[in-house]
Amino acid sequence: MSKHLNLTLHVWRQKNAKCDGKFVEYPAENISPDMSFLEMLDVVNEGLIRKGEEPITFDHDCREGICGTCSMVINGRPHGPRERTTTCQLHMRSFKDGDSITLEPWRAEAFPVIKDLMVDRGAFDRIIAAGGFISVPTGSPQDANALPIPKQSADLSMDAAACIGCGACVAACPNASAMLFVSAKISHLGHLPQGQPERHLRVRDMIAQMDAEEFGTCTNHGECEAACPKGIKMENIARMNRDFIKASLTYRPATSGGGVG
Amino acid sequence: MSVAEQSIAGAEARGHGFLASSVGRKVVMAATGVILFGFVTVHMLGNLTSYMGAEAMNHYAEFLHTMIHGMGIWVFRAVLLTAVGLHIWAATTLTLDNMAARPVGYRNQKNVASTWASRTMRWSGVILAAFIVYHLLHLTTGTVHPNFDRANPYANFVNGFKVPAAAAFYIVAQLCLGLHMWHGVWSCTQSFGLAHPRYDSLRRNFATGLTVLVVGVNISYPIAVLTGFIH
Ligand code: HEM
Ligand code: SF4
Ligand code: FES
Repeated sequence: MSKHLNLTLHVWRQKNAKCDGKFVEYPAENISPDMSFLEMLDVVNEGLIRKGEEPITFDHDCREGICGTCSMVINGRPHGPRERTTTCQLHMRSFKDGDSITLEPWRAEAFPVIKDLMVDRGAFDRIIAAGGFISVPTGSPQDANALPIPKQSADLSMDAAACIGCGACVAACPNASAMLFVSAKISHLGHLPQGQPERHLRVRDMIAQMDAEEFGTCTNHGECEAACPKGIKMENIARMNRDFIKASLTYRPATSGGGVG
Repeated sequence: MSVAEQSIAGAEARGHGFLASSVGRKVVMAATGVILFGFVTVHMLGNLTSYMGAEAMNHYAEFLHTMIHGMGIWVFRAVLLTAVGLHIWAATTLTLDNMAARPVGYRNQKNVASTWASRTMRWSGVILAAFIVYHLLHLTTGTVHPNFDRANPYANFVNGFKVPAAAAFYIVAQLCLGLHMWHGVWSCTQSFGLAHPRYDSLRRNFATGLTVLVVGVNISYPIAVLTGFIH
């Protein structure tokens, strides 16, 4: 059995959105290298609870890398040091005995801290609500293969749909830009025939909402792509820009009539 | 407020036009940047006449001032001034937005993908702005030139660079131009939406090639004067 680890954590503690926060040091002792990062924090929190102290608040849900809830910046990198790995899928074998680990929340004006390491990512929901959907008049289901979709489009769409909305791209971006996330949603729908009717409306509405939420703008550093646990590519940002330029050049206001001659 | 209501509230801002949007201003920055990079490339090529001697360079300068009955140079000046103005406007407003987007920073953020060039765009840009003003006062109006002769651009160029401080500032500005170009040429293709895996390495290599060419040749001018190769 491999050796257990003793670590020092420097954790951002902040009571609520209004209070100032500060870093507090905690020992994490006798940690199994097979634990996940969140299990390590569970152990530290149990110790805090036993001592009657307030446990460290952090976001988590599925703990299997698919829901996008876990967050936190670990030693200066969102989701920690491993590529394409969420915090919940990060294991303590990625650390060495005696390491010191700094834990901070996602830092962005658009993601206010709720408590400690937990931030409010409602801005992402509002961007989706602004245009990240298709309108489907429901009825009896269509034949499965009635809509031909080239395999490559389906693959590219699925690659973009892999985005779990965690916000690591915003956290990693020196400008706190949400363009990787927004462009993943736009590419996901834009590659499919179902996404076409609202394609131009979608890109304008989602970008307008993104701006209204006060995210920054992409300056093509590439930090988002490097931090993304799902391997979303910056090519999507270029596709979003392309759609936006086309949509802006060809925009016409909605009319009520039409089609009746 | 429900998510839907919040998004409807946000929708008020949604009518906002191209120039107010973040992506729209990026496109303005990219388009004006292409004009400016096009200009520096042509400017670099034109100055190669200095290697052909006084007559060739003065002849070229005369052509610039007399083409299209003397109108041509004013058209160029108007386009360049507008491009610089719009570029600085877009760069400044976007930079301020980006700074406001992260009011509280990290204790130690680890950058793994960005480059020194990409992180210093705003500083290389500010030095370029200062350089443009100086350069115009130096070799266009002659205001800060030791012995300016309107009729002899070649002599102005040689005498100007004989002053080591002037040559040094020129070289520093060219290195900033190199940083700005290397990231900017690549970055603007991304802003225009020109990305495809087939052409990705071409985008990078084009940026590197153009930067090395423009900056390399430009830096050769003051060095050629200081070493007496051009005299
Ligand atoms: C005059 C002062 C200047 C300032 C203050 C300035 C500032 C900036 C800033 C802050 C950026 C954004 C950084 C980024 O997106 O990565 C930028 C981008 C750029 N700049 Fe400048 N710059 C200046 C001059 C120039 C000049 C002289 C050129 C060309 C010779 C130029 C070409 C570009 C290009 C092509 C971009 C990339 C646009 C994009 O990413 O879409 N800039 N500039
Ligand atoms: S693009 Fe990647 S980093 Fe950004 S929200 Fe989606 S999964 Fe997370
Ligand atoms: S907790 Fe669901 S992705 Fe990490």
